[in-house]
Amino acid sequence: MESLEKEKVGGAAAEAPTVRREITLSTLRQAVLNGLDSSIKTEQFLLNMGPQHPSTHGVLRVLLDLDGERIKKAVPDLGYLHRGTEKIAEYRTYNQIIPLTDRLDYVSAMANNYAFVRAVEKLLQLKVPARAEYIRTIVAEMQRIVNHLFWLGTQALDIGAMSVFFYTFREREVLLDLFEKICGARLTTNYYRVGGVEGDLTRDVIDALYSFVETFEGHIKEYNTLLETNRIWLARTKHIAVITGEDAVNFGLSGPTLRGSGVDYDLRKYEPYAAYDQVEWSVPVGHNGDIYDRYYIRVEEMRQSASIIRQCLDKLPEGPFMTDDHKVSFPPKGRVMHNMETLIHHFLLVVEGFKTPPGDTYCGTETPKGELGFYIVSDGSGKPYRMKIRAPSFVSMGAFDHMARGYMIADIVTIFGTYDIVMGECDR
Amino acid sequence: MHPVAESLHRRFPEIVTGSREALGDLTVYLKENGALEVFRVLHDDPEFRYDYIVDVTSVDYPMDPERFEVVYIFYSLPRRHRILVKIRVPETHPVVDSIVSIWKGAEFMEREVYDMMGIQFRGHPDLRRILMPDDYDEGYPLRKDFPLVGKGWRDDFSFVPKYHEGLPPLPKGSS
Repeated sequence: MESLEKEKVGGAAAEAPTVRREITLSTLRQAVLNGLDSSIKTEQFLLNMGPQHPSTHGVLRVLLDLDGERIKKAVPDLGYLHRGTEKIAEYRTYNQIIPLTDRLDYVSAMANNYAFVRAVEKLLQLKVPARAEYIRTIVAEMQRIVNHLFWLGTQALDIGAMSVFFYTFREREVLLDLFEKICGARLTTNYYRVGGVEGDLTRDVIDALYSFVETFEGHIKEYNTLLETNRIWLARTKHIAVITGEDAVNFGLSGPTLRGSGVDYDLRKYEPYAAYDQVEWSVPVGHNGDIYDRYYIRVEEMRQSASIIRQCLDKLPEGPFMTDDHKVSFPPKGRVMHNMETLIHHFLLVVEGFKTPPGDTYCGTETPKGELGFYIVSDGSGKPYRMKIRAPSFVSMGAFDHMARGYMIADIVTIFGTYDIVMGECDR
Repeated sequence: MHPVAESLHRRFPEIVTGSREALGDLTVYLKENGALEVFRVLHDDPEFRYDYIVDVTSVDYPMDPERFEVVYIFYSLPRRHRILVKIRVPETHPVVDSIVSIWKGAEFMEREVYDMMGIQFRGHPDLRRILMPDDYDEGYPLRKDFPLVGKGWRDDFSFVPKYHEGLPPLPKGSS
């Protein structure tokens, strides 16, 4: 075999110690017949990717162990966005933590708010008024559409389909404007409160939402015409990053990443909360467990979300949007300004916060990215003794090595994207 | 007693030390020694089938003789039931068995617990810091004796007012 390889010396023969080896066609043929390692010298190649890379959706570094273009091993290096949210939370009252949760997953802040207030409500065993439950469901599903639109646009952009991004961001803008009308902010919303929500849905928001869900089905068709039968999209997503349902459960994956592998685990169905058991909807499930299935599930989830929003708007009950349990909710502003006791009450709620009974609880919520859980330990004071955030992005990164092995280096970009990863939530 | 807790207690009377039901969740307390066998049964046995790993985390109680509490949260998809498992370890020997061989997802979760609280996992394939820098040697940030401020690079600068010294006096003329 060695004799077949002609050793060829480069231009400046005398000085240059580097020797380029020419591979002839016959060598290659031999190599294919006999197996690679006998003729062509190969070596494992260690490649550092990141911390700054346009496809990592945040600051993430990955060490890739490569064999040619195949990934042998991928070691994610996390922590570049670690801000110590769990530590800060131990020094804040519960109401002060709500804005911190906005900054976890900054493309779906509403869902984070919801996950947190649900955990605190579970600790307090607090009943929320019916109208608040419906408003929460509507806003959470709006956030799901916003998140999936963002994901679809950036995933297509990563692969090279630029135009999808413009279409998805057009609709995302409509919903973000509605967020601005609902709570005054587009991204860091701080809208959910323990015991309800911060403000009511006004008539013009409801009308705008009706017209949005009316037209949204047509828009989904638009995205699908761009992608569904696009040959490049299919080639880049079909049979890539396959994970079996059993492995996905063992890794603790959640959300569309898990459901793409055929497991119908959705907390909205398994442990129904808010108004999810009062409306008709279904959980889309894939069966190949590849990137294409996960894309399809997210698109289908947007359809379901639009349907949930429409049904909730139809059924939206009248009544208060905040609990009247003034142990946790602020007294009406008008009374605070005229009544001494109410002013003291308001002051104490701001300074000390409301007290939670001692104990601990875990409460998981189905956010667009998967199961976002809060484990809160309370010692009876107005601040959590310990708060652990179970972030779906962090758990997904645990399965990254398993899912990337054996694929090409160009697939790394799509594998990042398929988790719908946000490093703010991953590193917390 | 909850049937799951009862059955566990019957099978492992010397490892399962107690159980509690609160706020709709079942909590089981285990001794560190031998807990791995209980975890294996929780995962494999058709009676339990806790196949989905939710989280591994830890809580610090500095005043207690067994200072750290490692909390495992599992969910059973076929039975739709959640369980919390708690193990106490002392500060002098904060070591528990790793469950990566049972739930692969535990690898990153256990690394985070090690990084944040300094609890070691026996048999973990790659126990390194995960969120903090690899060469960080100032302790474990989520322990209760680690201060909230005063340990960052920002506090190395002389012109930044120190937390315990209070704010510097206002310049003259400002109101």
